[in-house]
Amino acid sequence: MAWFKRTKENITTDSQDKKDIGEGMWIKCPNCGEMMHKTQWENNLFVCIKCDHHFRIGSKEYFDIVFDKGTFKEFDKKVTSVDVLEFADTKKYSDRIVETTKKTGLYDCIRNGTGKIFEIPAVVSCMDFTFIGGSMGAVLGEKIARAVNKAVKTKSPYIIISKSGGARMQEAAIALMQLAKTSAMLAKLAEYKLPYISVITDPTTGGSSASFSMLGDVNIAEPEALIGFAGPRVIKQATGKDLPPGFQRSDFVLEHGFLDLVVHRKDLKEKLFYLIKFMKD
Amino acid sequence: MNRNVLEFERPIMELEQKIEEMRKYADSLDISNEINKLEKKVNELRSSVYKNLTRWQIVQIARHPERPYSLDYIYLMTNNFIEMHGDRNFKDDKAVVGGFAYLDEKPVMIIGQQKGRDTKSNIYRNFGMMNPDGYRKALRLMKLAEKFNRPVITLIDTPGANPGIDAEERGQAEAIARNIQEMTRLKVPIIVCIIGEGASGGAFGIGVGDKVLMLEYCWYSVISPESCSSILFRSWEYKEQAAEALKLTAPDLIEHKIIDRIIEEPEGGAHRNHKEAAASLKQAILEELKSLEKIDPDKFLDLRIKKYGSMGYWEG
Ligand SMILES: [Zn+2]
Repeated sequence: MAWFKRTKENITTDSQDKKDIGEGMWIKCPNCGEMMHKTQWENNLFVCIKCDHHFRIGSKEYFDIVFDKGTFKEFDKKVTSVDVLEFADTKKYSDRIVETTKKTGLYDCIRNGTGKIFEIPAVVSCMDFTFIGGSMGAVLGEKIARAVNKAVKTKSPYIIISKSGGARMQEAAIALMQLAKTSAMLAKLAEYKLPYISVITDPTTGGSSASFSMLGDVNIAEPEALIGFAGPRVIKQATGKDLPPGFQRSDFVLEHGFLDLVVHRKDLKEKLFYLIKFMKD
Repeated sequence: MNRNVLEFERPIMELEQKIEEMRKYADSLDISNEINKLEKKVNELRSSVYKNLTRWQIVQIARHPERPYSLDYIYLMTNNFIEMHGDRNFKDDKAVVGGFAYLDEKPVMIIGQQKGRDTKSNIYRNFGMMNPDGYRKALRLMKLAEKFNRPVITLIDTPGANPGIDAEERGQAEAIARNIQEMTRLKVPIIVCIIGEGASGGAFGIGVGDKVLMLEYCWYSVISPESCSSILFRSWEYKEQAAEALKLTAPDLIEHKIIDRIIEEPEGGAHRNHKEAAASLKQAILEELKSLEKIDPDKFLDLRIKKYGSMGYWEG
């Protein structure tokens, strides 16, 4: 198991490089209240050292976690939205995009990358919740389409790491149509017998869960992720019922048969490697 | 007095009632001139009201409780309808109906979301809100159509997928995702008809097709104006603005190629004349089927995928 050991060391070395106790930044776990030093927290892949609470992280962190060091290459980075509907709520949609880009450095809620997972080349798309709640619009549809094409061209497995509040309301029906676009592209990938692994992280609801997130050859979730179609608040309001404990959380979804695995963040890369190896090697 | 009169329909209805009253006396009194005048007036009023409907008013017509529903269309458009039941897994979802039918001589699989007319039937139909079992029932019927090479017609009329605890337990998201993916590659022609409300993934779960037809006074979007108002405008008060912003009417959607064809409704809306509405829809479906049959069976799947692949706008 040389491949595994080697990269595990990689992760440790990488983390130890960052160690800087004097920095003085403390993180409080929202689940158990544990105080952690920022470095300690980062070294633990943004998971609480006491209760294993998985903090929400972005595409940059996930690319670091799943790809071998130095192998990540982003493609189709600057695909951006065009507001043809001239949508405005409390703010103009076009302004919202510009402002969000300025604030986050992201061009939309999904990034595409190629890289190696314990030396196996893979295409990975990863979502960012910080970009308008990880909402799916035409850019997401197009970027998933291009990522699938890249996977087909390079005969690589494909992984989407989801984190999404659903379809982007500011793109109205156009956003809804992306459910078909992404699902059709994944069907195309399947025709080439290339693996598609869906990694679902907290939270993944609405349009994303009702398309690409639920369509993996293998569906994986991080622990305690909220996964569902309708959000819990909506369901509570509609039914007037109290929701059962753990409702729509990873273990619940696993128990009801819609996930294959719930995987701790520290084991994610290794698990992806074994899954790909079985399906494709 | 009709209980189900929308606010903007009221002046029209009042004039119509007046004419009706006058007709009762038309035999004994010579008032035909006045009746004619009033008829002209009501026609002018009706066309000016219906020409200038706001998007929110269209949403209200789409929800009119006297509008024809899926089974009304099925019985008015087709013959020898044999309704099929169940998803062969868990249950028979009553919020969706479907089965074999003939459009004139043409055998089709027809599937539609079904609302109820009164409290009792609405509870039975769950207000047209499907559960995962409903999506799986619809998919089963589509697969059956594919097996026997029959085109699929779907009728969309839903306020959304059922937001329930049990719906989530049985995988609402997975059921919709699966349907959408299977519909992108179903090897028979699919014609989707929006006949009322088309709310979000709940509608789109039976909404992928080669041709999408939409009746004139329907709405179709990613979210209802009310929910959009509550989320984006942070209050339930802005449903009119939300309806405008969402651009959810047929003319809006055809502009962005999300639908392919608008079906004119009878004057005053489909609820004023079920038969006429069904006849227009039937004729359009038959025309579309005819043109789809001309396409090489190996090609229309590519065309369908290409169509959805090109939806939306981006730069870079
Ligand atoms: Zn903790």
